[in-house]
Amino acid sequence: MAAPAVPLLDRRLLFVTGKGGVGKTTVASALGVLAARQGKRTLVCEFDAKGNLADFFGSEPTAFDPIEVHQGLFAMSMDTEESLKEYLRLQIKVPLLAKIGPLARTLDFVANAAPGVKEILTVGKVAWEVKEGHYDLVIADAAASGHVVAQISAPQAIGELVKVGLVREQTGWLSEILDDAATTGTVIVSAPEEMPVSETLELADRIRADTRVDIAAVAVNRVLPELFGRGEEEVFEALAAPGARERLDALVGHPTSPLFDAARLAVTLRRTRAEHLDRLRRELPADIPLLYLPELFTRTHGSRATHQVAEALAAELGLEA
Amino acid sequence: MAKKPAPLPPPATFEQLLSTREIVVTCGSGGVGKTTTAAAAGAMAAVHLGGKVLVLTVDPARRLATALGLEQFGNVETQVPAEAFAAAGVEPRGELWVAMLDMKASWDDLVERYAPDEETREAILANPLYQNITGKFVQSHDYIAMERLYEIHVSGRYDLIIVDTPPTRNAIDFLEAPERMADFFSSRLLRWLTAPARSRILSTASKPFYSMADRILGSQFLQDIADFFLLFQTMYDGFVERARSIERTLADRSTTFIVVSTLDTAPAREAEFFIEALSERELNLGALVLNKVLPPFFVDPDAGATAEQVCRESADLAERVVADGVGGLTDAGQVTRVLREMGESFVNYRVVATREAEEAAVLGERPGLVAAVPYLESDVHDVAGLLELGERLWT
Ligand SMILES: Nc1ncnc2c1ncn2[C@@H]1O[C@H](COP(=O)(O)OP(=O)(O)O)[C@@H](O)[C@H]1O
Ligand SMILES: Nc1ncnc2c1ncn2[C@@H]1O[C@H](COP(=O)(O)OP(=O)(O)O)[C@@H](O)[C@H]1O
Ligand SMILES: [Mg+2]
Ligand SMILES: [Mg+2]
Repeated sequence: MAAPAVPLLDRRLLFVTGKGGVGKTTVASALGVLAARQGKRTLVCEFDAKGNLADFFGSEPTAFDPIEVHQGLFAMSMDTEESLKEYLRLQIKVPLLAKIGPLARTLDFVANAAPGVKEILTVGKVAWEVKEGHYDLVIADAAASGHVVAQISAPQAIGELVKVGLVREQTGWLSEILDDAATTGTVIVSAPEEMPVSETLELADRIRADTRVDIAAVAVNRVLPELFGRGEEEVFEALAAPGARERLDALVGHPTSPLFDAARLAVTLRRTRAEHLDRLRRELPADIPLLYLPELFTRTHGSRATHQVAEALAAELGLEA
Repeated sequence: MAKKPAPLPPPATFEQLLSTREIVVTCGSGGVGKTTTAAAAGAMAAVHLGGKVLVLTVDPARRLATALGLEQFGNVETQVPAEAFAAAGVEPRGELWVAMLDMKASWDDLVERYAPDEETREAILANPLYQNITGKFVQSHDYIAMERLYEIHVSGRYDLIIVDTPPTRNAIDFLEAPERMADFFSSRLLRWLTAPARSRILSTASKPFYSMADRILGSQFLQDIADFFLLFQTMYDGFVERARSIERTLADRSTTFIVVSTLDTAPAREAEFFIEALSERELNLGALVLNKVLPPFFVDPDAGATAEQVCRESADLAERVVADGVGGLTDAGQVTRVLREMGESFVNYRVVATREAEEAAVLGERPGLVAAVPYLESDVHDVAGLLELGERLWT
């Protein structure tokens, strides 16, 4: 890895992945907001057909046809049947068109069973948007860790199983887009907890071993703020000591014990997460950039939260928000 | 067929639940604590109730697996060693056994069992699509979990089996897995797909499909798929019958479900949805476990008012602390910062706790057993930790 890393938002296609529930959609939407703010025409595509991308923009429900949710920012959700239809429309001549409906449904079944076919319809769609130059940046809110490797290595899998046919012919240009680090990268979303950290480390290994797609960054979500700075923990303990706390109670005029219990809990939570974060830092290959995103307290989802995470990302990436 | 007996009234305590039921299934969204709850319930049952208890788990965190002696055992059932309990200072009355689901081995077992003859079996196991396909269609993880549960239950080796469910995208998926497996084998699509070997040319309905599919995928690949499903179809009867038996077992009154959730919005929504799904299917909801919840003092109005006051008056209070010599402190600036941090942190978590209280109220509307388990000091990774969590369930 001699070449310097390509700045995240200067790529054309990003796959956001990670353990379920860690904040993939949050990060994908925030990246979209940020890119659009930089003047890039941006598409966020949610792969999960039953997902909730619209909530993150406070927009109308998303569908296969992109909708503009902010100036220059578009959102869509993947639908492999629609993707197949679109693809057939582009590839196959008019007389057969009428038959595409039911056929697509049947093919969808084959696609479900046959390795790589559904994946290629999914990945092929977003890569197609890049190839055709419809957008400056396409952000895929991709599958969770378990499945994303199959998605981004679909051209290889298909290449091995399918020897001829239209699908096979698509694998060439697709690989060119996916395998070029200047064009495409993955963003692994993680959280400072045991299982998400383990999954991130395993996933980073697998992406490097089984695919040729670059890992652009690991975004650690829900990092807790540090409660006390240098020397302050000692002050806290002095206030909490027997005798001292009663005198503080008298000064305040109310019992302060819940504040002390709360602070201890906050310190414990922060410390536990810090340990997991340390492990991630230690065990992740050093050339993968880490981005830290804070725990949100007031609003944890919806368009407000998306914008707050976008601010945090801007700071991490050294961009003007 | 005998009429389904009326469901038992929901148990009043965890002790009652674990004493009376034979199968307990923990379910919920990913990361909420299903595996931990299953293991904790198992440990509590082994310690307090006795008997032979099996925890059938899917994805234990590494340290927990190590502590339970689950490292290299795959599908094999292993007993948690006495030393693991001794380290927690207890001597269990019964035995705690654990097993981990091994997908590949379980599928191979099924093929062994239902393939009509040796030749078919070998052909299926050797088919290049076999692994890929079994790994992907009809939620095979879920099906395998239910299948293994049934197998072990019928064997009569345990008094109590606690099953941890796989991290499906959608908690409901595994409930439907047996049904979907049966449907899959009876589906017209499967018959259609496997038709070419019999009547490919004759069927005018499927001809355009095949010519289109040929162009897209290539005929060799299609043939590979068809061959595979043809082999797979020979196991139809076995699979369908088995799927029905599993469904019956899940619906039996000796089986109960524990829904686990944190009070984060997304998992709570999923738990709500799941509780609904259980009741639609007339399955037994035994308990709701609210895990990793914040302590109740965060929503105490007096404590909140005090926190706000401390934020507001931190500088003033700090000066008086220093002036009065409280705790021997001398740096008023530092004391101000500490007091303000304490107040602000409290107010931050109060927002979260308020949201949690609302989720708890919504989820707790169901009658029955609800247990709230707080955030424990650290991850739960040994028998002592499991019992500490288990105590919170018990009381
Ligand atoms: N930085 C954060 N602070 C607090 N809560 C968060 C944060 N990021 C995500 N969440 C919570 O986690 C939930 C799941 O996030 P989401 O992006 O939908 O995850 P995924 O797409 O990976 O399943 C959100 O609804 C939100 O409540
Ligand atoms: N009450 C709790 N307090 C602290 N940590 C917990 C608690 N319950 C579970 N955990 C931790 O949370 C993580 C996820 O739990 P796990 O049981 O593996 O979830 P699931 O099986 O639902 O994915 C584990 O690291 C576990 O130790
Ligand atoms: Mg999502
Ligand atoms: Mg689990």
